[in-house]
Amino acid sequence: MHLLGKLSWNAIPWDQPIPLVAGAVVFVALFAVVAWTILKGHLPYLWREWITSVDHKRIGVMYTLLALVMLVRGFVDAIMMRSQQAIAFRAPGYLPPEHYNQIFSAHGTIMIFFAAMPLMIGLMNFVVPLQLGVRDVAFPTLNATSFWLTATGALLVNISLVVGEFDPAGWLPYPPLSELRYSPGVGVDYYLWALLISGVGTLMTGINFVTTILKIRAPGMSYLRMTIFCWTALAANLMIVAAFPVLTATLAMLTLDRYLGFHFFTNAAGGNMMMFINLIWAWGHPEVYILALPSFGVFSEVISTFSGKPLFGYRSMVAATMFICLVSFTVWLHHFFTMGAGADVNGIFGIATSIIAVGTGVKIYNWLFTMYGGRIRFATPMLWAMGFLVTFTIGGMTGVLLAVPPADFQLHNSLFLVAHFHNVLISGVLFAGFAGITYWFPKAFGFRLHEGWGKAAFWFSLIGFYVTFMPLYVAGLLGMTRRLQHYEVAAWHPWMLVAAFGIVIMTCALACQVTQIVVSIRRRDELRDETGDPWDGRSLEWATASPPPAFNFAVLPDVRGEEPYQAIKRRAIETQQLSSEAQYEPIELPRNSPTGFIAAFFSTITGFALIWHIWWMVGLGLAAAYAVFVWFAWRDVEEYEIPADAVARADRDRRRARAEWLDHHERAGEPA
Amino acid sequence: MALLLSLAGCSGGVLDPQGPIGAADAKILLNAVEIMLAIVIPTLVAVLAFAWWFRASNTRARYLPDWAYSGRLELIVWSIPLLVTLFLAGVIWIGAHDLDPSRPIAPQRKPVEVQVVSLDWKWLFIYPDQGIASVNQLVVPADVPVHFSLTSATVMNMFFVPQLGSMIATMYGMVTQLYLEAGHVGDFYGESAQLSGDGFSDMHFTLRAVSVDAFAQWVAATRQAGPALDRAGYIALSQESRHVRPFTYRAVEPALFRAVVDREFPAGPGPTGGTGGPSVHPAGAR
Repeated sequence: MHLLGKLSWNAIPWDQPIPLVAGAVVFVALFAVVAWTILKGHLPYLWREWITSVDHKRIGVMYTLLALVMLVRGFVDAIMMRSQQAIAFRAPGYLPPEHYNQIFSAHGTIMIFFAAMPLMIGLMNFVVPLQLGVRDVAFPTLNATSFWLTATGALLVNISLVVGEFDPAGWLPYPPLSELRYSPGVGVDYYLWALLISGVGTLMTGINFVTTILKIRAPGMSYLRMTIFCWTALAANLMIVAAFPVLTATLAMLTLDRYLGFHFFTNAAGGNMMMFINLIWAWGHPEVYILALPSFGVFSEVISTFSGKPLFGYRSMVAATMFICLVSFTVWLHHFFTMGAGADVNGIFGIATSIIAVGTGVKIYNWLFTMYGGRIRFATPMLWAMGFLVTFTIGGMTGVLLAVPPADFQLHNSLFLVAHFHNVLISGVLFAGFAGITYWFPKAFGFRLHEGWGKAAFWFSLIGFYVTFMPLYVAGLLGMTRRLQHYEVAAWHPWMLVAAFGIVIMTCALACQVTQIVVSIRRRDELRDETGDPWDGRSLEWATASPPPAFNFAVLPDVRGEEPYQAIKRRAIETQQLSSEAQYEPIELPRNSPTGFIAAFFSTITGFALIWHIWWMVGLGLAAAYAVFVWFAWRDVEEYEIPADAVARADRDRRRARAEWLDHHERAGEPA
Repeated sequence: MALLLSLAGCSGGVLDPQGPIGAADAKILLNAVEIMLAIVIPTLVAVLAFAWWFRASNTRARYLPDWAYSGRLELIVWSIPLLVTLFLAGVIWIGAHDLDPSRPIAPQRKPVEVQVVSLDWKWLFIYPDQGIASVNQLVVPADVPVHFSLTSATVMNMFFVPQLGSMIATMYGMVTQLYLEAGHVGDFYGESAQLSGDGFSDMHFTLRAVSVDAFAQWVAATRQAGPALDRAGYIALSQESRHVRPFTYRAVEPALFRAVVDREFPAGPGPTGGTGGPSVHPAGAR
């Protein structure tokens, strides 16, 4: 037995310059950042304030940061795919199939699991406890562990860029192609362990947030007084709790096939790959709504705030959200109408799928009527919401079209399908992410993002999206299937060229986003928000300072209706004074804990060792990770106390800022 | 969207159908789009119109800061998508049944039988009644229904001739059924619509629809030349290979397709290099 399992110098792709150079650049950048952090003496600060933090706001920011970094990584894959297909007409292009297959698989895996999911979970982490009017989530240390396990998954996927290979069988690696016989390399193993480990993190997030929303809310915050974002977060996390164990079990079965010679999905010995495809989509379709529902929540907040009105049809929205939450579990078969199920089965699942569109349709109309009678301010978040409304409606339509079996018989796995799900995911999740980041950024950091660069990023993204993906719709109708490394059909070529040009526009959008952040940080003094309420918000997160103190609220808000903060503001404006100062009491908060970081560190080692069959290292990693948990369980002091006068000091600062705001505010009813 | 559809209708795709199944699929596709556009277009117009009229700078727009509920509107909000979905559900149900891939096109007309085996990375077409076979080239008579029985010798693939209509999966140890018909003489592009590994992009073929007489001539000519496909030949064929030029077999061992489906042959062997040992890069291994 080799001491390092399957690992050897051959694992580094010395003969392939693209991953080698990319890996080297990433490595140098990473090394530079780490070196700078250590030399400048930032390490203690990072450790104390971020790495060991169990504060939901810090964790939310870290999730978002991870999502943005992975978004750039996935986007680089997208550039490579579009450029390959632009030049690979009757030519081999510059990426051989074994490399190209890894790129589209990595693109899908990274974008769904390590960009879209952390983006949504990051926003939920930051916003949900604030909107519920509480101090943290139910299990803060578990929350940190969830994040670091997600980061472990992202790290493993990225290690595969230079050590070994990544999964070449698609972002959902269908067996038998993903079985050992047809994919003998370590690529599929990287995929499996990355997702098995990060999946545990996601499941814990689900449990954490379901518990938080069900059990921990401010006094008076009944279910029907929660914001729609909290409702969608509840729905999404219920779905995580129900669906992610299915994903983990399915991947575990494939892992058993590959590692221990089981036959769940193999060609031989009675395995059945159809079972994998059913199970993976039994998770996969709810997953679409796990991403989409919180996005709908973000847009509900944004559209209501920037229209200066309560959300139209609040109860309808709640009903539609829970309706989607349930029905999304009954439609998975539409992902494989062409696998030969009978007409009855296809018909029933097609109808079930189109029924989901009722819930989404209701939401679109409710947003529409929220704008009706509003005073709409087109700040950057609202622009993203407008782009979403138009683009998502089109994407929803092509989705329902694919739910019609005879149409799907012609469009399944075509670039039409690719265009459809990018249409809904880019407008639904990515636009929501950017809207949410722009909207809540001042809450997190105390200053706004630069509007001009934000608007530029929006317009480049919107136009870039249409220029990239409308050609893919056409190519799909022309019969072009997805994942082609090269092709011979002349009619497809022009559309691939247009799509490649679209990616250039998207790259400009990315440049604007980066510039926006840099410019905003540099000009943070002129962009500063002292009031804690830069957008004239309506829910409780705007009732506290920006950035909020570690304890969020000096005194837990007393909620007496929907839109509690709007009510507080109205009262203040009508009476021309702030509510009287409360009796401040000491606040207990959970202590920092390195549990998550250390557990994730050993999970990374365990995962890497499992991928490369380094069994002694597997044992070591598992034992160490277990020891960390035991050590954490034995901890005596779990909380620290903030004395009442410190709370009072922090809150008086906030009250001073609010009093100033009230002075400037002339007439009742006018937005600040 | 309409512009895109018309652009895509010009040449060679699913909106340029050349047979009854393709035409029926495309018709349902277009009908469904029309049904949905009936509400999508007004919705999009309303979104843009409301956004424009109720902009903060428009002093003529009435501001209703507390207007957030209307029972009547709620009813409409739920019933419009519900009604459209009900209508669409009818289209879905009827379409799924009328165009079920395994449904014969015209029971009174005897179809040509073709057995399809997807291999790494090429297509084997067996004509059981004629006793011949071809690789990466499918010749069928025009205006005659063709009954495909499909399986895979290896990983999953998807048999698809866009201009003739529905696609269907091919899977190891299983048989799927598909009926297609070419409406007239012509060459049609066929492909695999399911990723099957490194040679996937070359898994395309030409479906040549010829006149009934020409088909008989082609069968006769094929029987005269080329190798015969026996069990040993099949195992050799099932090895991985890419860019396989079309060729034909003058004879096929009887019941070969059945033997493939009944798993009498080992599944396609997969990559010969890179068995998980030191060479983890398939590229380096070749």
